[in-house]
Amino acid sequence: MSEKIPPELSLDALKSGNRDEFTRLVDAYSGPMYRMAMKMLGDGQDAEDVLQNTFLNAFKHIRSFEERSSLSTWLYRIAANEALMMIRKRRPETTMTDTSVEGDEGGEYSPLQFVDWCCLPEDELLSVEARRHLDRAIQRLPEKLRIVFILRDLEDLSIEETRQVLDLSQTAVKTRLLRARLNLREQLSSYYSERIGDRIEKK
Amino acid sequence: MTQSAHCKSLLDSLSEYVDGTLSEELCNEIQRHLSDCQNCSIVVDTLRKTIYLYHAITSEPADVPRDVRERLFHSLKLEDYLQH
Repeated sequence: MSEKIPPELSLDALKSGNRDEFTRLVDAYSGPMYRMAMKMLGDGQDAEDVLQNTFLNAFKHIRSFEERSSLSTWLYRIAANEALMMIRKRRPETTMTDTSVEGDEGGEYSPLQFVDWCCLPEDELLSVEARRHLDRAIQRLPEKLRIVFILRDLEDLSIEETRQVLDLSQTAVKTRLLRARLNLREQLSSYYSERIGDRIEKK
Repeated sequence: MTQSAHCKSLLDSLSEYVDGTLSEELCNEIQRHLSDCQNCSIVVDTLRKTIYLYHAITSEPADVPRDVRERLFHSLKLEDYLQH
């Protein structure tokens, strides 16, 4: 994502309210924004609301877009804020997992599972059931870790872009990313070591 | 450093190590530790695999379902751009 504005889009046309151009913007970016919202919220209806609000807001505020970041980073920023607001709306009381994220960010996080499940065949690692488990594991991450993991590892943003989207320091992005990855590794280790157990039993 | 201090220091630079953004010197140090610490070796391998699996499930193009796209265009008052 080196270019700030993709060559097929004209920022001047977008800023002047050109509907053809805005339609091109929607078609270019609705896919990644919808996927991000789906992974963040795990619910089609909520993801759709986030998608609509993202482009309604983009439409409304495109004139204030200043090219300090790329257009896609700017859209991710709107979408991420919408998704986080949706989560807060859905669950107004603050949960324990969420308040703890801030406090223990720099703290230790020691791995607990040491089963090597890398040897499982690819079709088992990516079976329909395993894919569902991969999605569920993301949903179990505290939202502040979840959003960092989704942007960096699923949407393939750089650390710097993730930092811009979330208004965080590089260090905070790196710490949250590491914690998210280690948390998912633990969850996947529990799941796949059971699969290894199943295979041994069958033999 | 004791063995567990090595494990702890590996944990701190684990993300950068699996992303390949660590300096050569630190990389070599980690590799030396991994060659005689089986648990850390498993953590590194399964962490790499974890990231790989998530990449694999998002490598397909991000499509918006047709009905979701239609409702999106309606909400943006762009319905005249919908191709039937």
